[in-house]
Amino acid sequence: MQTDTVFEINHLVKNFGDHQVLKDINMTVSKGEVVSIIGASGSGKSTLLRCLNLLETPTDGEILYHGDNVLEKNFDIRSYRTKVGMVFQQFNLFNNMSVLKNCMIGQQKVLKRSAQEAKDVALEYLEKVGMSEFVNAKPRQLSGGQKQRVAIARSLSMNCEVILFDEPTSALDPEMVGEVLLVMKNLAESGLTMLVVTHEMQFAKDVSSRVVFMDDGVIAEDDSPEVIFNEPKNPRTREFLYRVLNKDI
Amino acid sequence: MSFFESMSKVWRIGAKQLFLGVGNTLLIALVSTVIGLIIGLIIGVIRTIPKSRNKFVAFLRKILNFILSAYVEVFRGTPMMVQAMVIYWGYAFAAGGKTLPLIPSAIFIVSINTGAYMAEIVRGGIISIDKGQFEAAQSIGMNHFQTMVHVVIPQVLRNILPSISNEFVINIKDTSVLNVIGVAELFYQATVLSKMTYEIFATYAIICVMYFILTFTITRLLRLAEKLLEGKSNYTIMGSQSDPKAEIHVRGEERRAD
Repeated sequence: MQTDTVFEINHLVKNFGDHQVLKDINMTVSKGEVVSIIGASGSGKSTLLRCLNLLETPTDGEILYHGDNVLEKNFDIRSYRTKVGMVFQQFNLFNNMSVLKNCMIGQQKVLKRSAQEAKDVALEYLEKVGMSEFVNAKPRQLSGGQKQRVAIARSLSMNCEVILFDEPTSALDPEMVGEVLLVMKNLAESGLTMLVVTHEMQFAKDVSSRVVFMDDGVIAEDDSPEVIFNEPKNPRTREFLYRVLNKDI
Repeated sequence: MSFFESMSKVWRIGAKQLFLGVGNTLLIALVSTVIGLIIGLIIGVIRTIPKSRNKFVAFLRKILNFILSAYVEVFRGTPMMVQAMVIYWGYAFAAGGKTLPLIPSAIFIVSINTGAYMAEIVRGGIISIDKGQFEAAQSIGMNHFQTMVHVVIPQVLRNILPSISNEFVINIKDTSVLNVIGVAELFYQATVLSKMTYEIFATYAIICVMYFILTFTITRLLRLAEKLLEGKSNYTIMGSQSDPKAEIHVRGEERRAD
């Protein structure tokens, strides 16, 4: 069933032991949307994203991907993951492989593409993120910003439909944040569906088509960036934005 | 007769015999270390398989894990000299007096013994790999086996190389206990030689030096291999890369908390 709705999340709950991190999350994401998820540390943003990629198994609720419940027993998790890419805060490039190999291995082993095809695709996306000069470099030879751009190319090389970004710029030195955000902005404009957990309010405001504010395991507000940043309805949103932006709204 | 005269006498009579012993010692130690490492890697991969949702598979896993732990504990917890006797004579007992050929038996005994240690070394190596590496591999759809073979094991091998060379050196020395079942390794040859020449001190002094030369050379060679594997920490594109000092700064970057 191919619909314009990519994700439909219903009553999602995640417990870590006695601690309930996600309490009844409901949201939908449509094709081409760029959704920024903001909120204080510990509000469950990253957990929500990790549940979407099944790096965490949700305790309760359902996640529908194009109408199919990904939590069902017979759901093909591995092929689902090739379509839903993930970019991590700590980059997590494969340390034992060159930049090019990082972008090829998944294509070859999971998508069963030939070495030549995988290389062509990898080079295309490395070019897109401005890392084609570094194809033979090892991750440890790169700066944080460069690593994150390679990580984005790695996800794109799988020809994924959605990319989940888990605080992609939080581990970067300030002068490297810009290059990564620029790549993400270009991706957003190219029509890729993106879910971005971020502390970059300017990015959330300028690039995303929707902003979700999470507070203590629930979605406190879900609206357009204009509304969230100019006239938030929830006092908690107002309070949070006041704290991070240091100004009254 | 002076000490040096004794030594040269032993050497004249037994050099060939001793080199034969060196050959057997090296053969047993090298092959067993490699087989032991393979056993260790297989156990490491099996032990880290994520929990299955299928109850029957999960139950089988439990039994398998129990067997593996028992193997590791038993072989780490008993002397190899005793294991050699039990296995060699145990087989003879079961086969009605027929014994196994010596060198293959020796390799078998040292291999399973090394495997038990390697399993623990590999386990430590796998634990030391950043969880992010597993997650990244999962997130592009790799299964456990692919993750292990392509991403984790290559990094584990590099990290545990010092421990592997340590095991190799230990094996060179510990093959000497196999003289109890009559394997013609270096120590056994020396024992025979000392009985032939009555030069006990000189004979064992010679093999002492020979053992040391073996282990020292191998330690140096493996250290060199480690260095070569480490590689460069900066990458230069057409000489236009920025100051290499900047790279050091990047490498030292610490993990930041969420």
